[in-house]
Amino acid sequence: MSFPVIKGTGYILVHTPDIMHHHGTTQSQERAAHPDSDYLKALTDHTRTYEEVVAYAPNQTYIGSLHPEKLRDIPMPWYANPVEKAERVGALGEIMPQDEFYGLMKMSDVFDLVKLEDEFLATVKTKLEAHPLFKDDVDKLGTGDTEEEIHRFVKDHHADPIFHEGHLVGCVKRAHDVDVSLTAHIIFENLVSKASGMLAMKHLVDKSGIDVSTIDYVIECSEEACGDMNQRGGGNFAKAIAEAAGAINATGSDLRGFCAAPTHALIEAAALVKAGVYENVVVVAGGATAKLGMNGKDHVKKDMPLLEDVLGGFAVLVSGNDGVNPIIRTDLVGRHTVATGSSPQAVITSLITAPLDKGGLKITDVDKYSVEMQNPDVTKPAGAGDVPEANYKMIAALGVKRGEMERAELPAFVTKHGMPGWAPTQGHIPSGIPYVGYAQQDLTTGSQNRAMIVGKGSLFLGRMTNLFDGVSVMLERNSGEVETPGAGVSKKEIKEMIVEAMKDVAAEMMKE
Amino acid sequence: MLILLGAAEAESAGLAAETVTNGDPTFAGPLAGVQLGLKVYHAVEPEFKDNVDADVYDEQIGMMEMVLEVDSIIEEMSSIREQFCKY
Repeated sequence: MSFPVIKGTGYILVHTPDIMHHHGTTQSQERAAHPDSDYLKALTDHTRTYEEVVAYAPNQTYIGSLHPEKLRDIPMPWYANPVEKAERVGALGEIMPQDEFYGLMKMSDVFDLVKLEDEFLATVKTKLEAHPLFKDDVDKLGTGDTEEEIHRFVKDHHADPIFHEGHLVGCVKRAHDVDVSLTAHIIFENLVSKASGMLAMKHLVDKSGIDVSTIDYVIECSEEACGDMNQRGGGNFAKAIAEAAGAINATGSDLRGFCAAPTHALIEAAALVKAGVYENVVVVAGGATAKLGMNGKDHVKKDMPLLEDVLGGFAVLVSGNDGVNPIIRTDLVGRHTVATGSSPQAVITSLITAPLDKGGLKITDVDKYSVEMQNPDVTKPAGAGDVPEANYKMIAALGVKRGEMERAELPAFVTKHGMPGWAPTQGHIPSGIPYVGYAQQDLTTGSQNRAMIVGKGSLFLGRMTNLFDGVSVMLERNSGEVETPGAGVSKKEIKEMIVEAMKDVAAEMMKE
Repeated sequence: MLILLGAAEAESAGLAAETVTNGDPTFAGPLAGVQLGLKVYHAVEPEFKDNVDADVYDEQIGMMEMVLEVDSIIEEMSSIREQFCKY
């Protein structure tokens, strides 16, 4: 059987301190309820500089400059142990500063809703002219507006302010006067998602070397909804991002599933390629404005920096088997079904061991499990523990229960088959997908043979069901054998199948 | 009546246990200052484990029993019961 492959990836972060201060829900709710609170006063003192964000080890891991195994060697807390000579650009993407990102938001806006102040826009333009991926797009920045006009839009016309270094430098206007689905707040969040998704896709195209015009389909899997009051989640970020990234021969659609969406999207992309519907499918997602500074109160209380100061984005290219890149085993997929139940044991069984059993594999046959890769530097001080580690312990415990390993081997399993978490707590961003970029290396030039990508999602947050969700899929080193398309099944294989079927029938009859 | 908890670590189990015995220690919910003094156990405690079907227990909780720090959970739960349980 010929399986689709992971042909390329792109991983980006955007440092967004002012968006965190003003648009992250923890901060905006606090501002609405207690405008003079000590927490709001403490924000600036706990905010990192761009240089600190670039030198932050988990961020270097996210963009492909520090392998997860090496991240483990850096003592925690990671914010106190910066990476020396850290750079903005890594093998998988980059960490973009806020001002340039505002430029990207303006480029992504085709309805003239993003307004940037003249002087600020000029600075951004100069910077983007020097950016290898955007130097040809600077015309899309259009023209700027005066400071007075921007103040007027914010004060009198319900625009959402854009701040940089604490100063008002622009705004996002509402897209309709009465439509609650097109408020400035929603347009702001959606443009952030679109622009960061575009940045990730641009990096994917750049790093993979694919001709962007050969991309057939885009599946977008963030957690935002775009539409108007008559179709609040009508869509479609996917095609908007495809357009912005120059994928002129692509269409696409949005897939939602809370944090599980990226893994759902990866499986569906693989299915579309395997079925021969499309040759090149991109899975993409931008970042979540609302989650910036989500655990900020705990971080300030513990007198540490606000670590949730970056947006995350990623893009993965799924293509037909090239005999080189890791294959996506569409036959080894795990699903948390409606009837699975919510006990951790039932969840891990459905997502981890069910697909392993299909392939006749043991828990220890998978070299690396990519689970919810949340950065423990962020989650532990907020009382949420070390999320990936807890997942690895559960997988190991199930291995012990299945008699595939000894209980004493549990801690060693966590190290050998697990990884430290490095992804920002952006919901869909940490979920399974952060390792796909490294997996492409580890399963080709590296020494590993199998990785399992596991995505989980808290559906109950949407109040439509009490259920939780999850899916998983296996990535495997390519054997190098590629089936010729259209060759079909050989006579020998048909004969073998008939013999097998006859044997099964005989066995059944014997039982009766 | 008894309350059965499934919290993932001792501290959060203790908080929940205290809420249904001595009242909500965070004073955030409807049980703030309400001392119900109810019997409260964690699913990994022997008082519960020994009273249920061993196969069902193993199927539903066996894995987590291996992952959780059972001793510290038992210690925390026992301490709360000794201090505040009325039944």
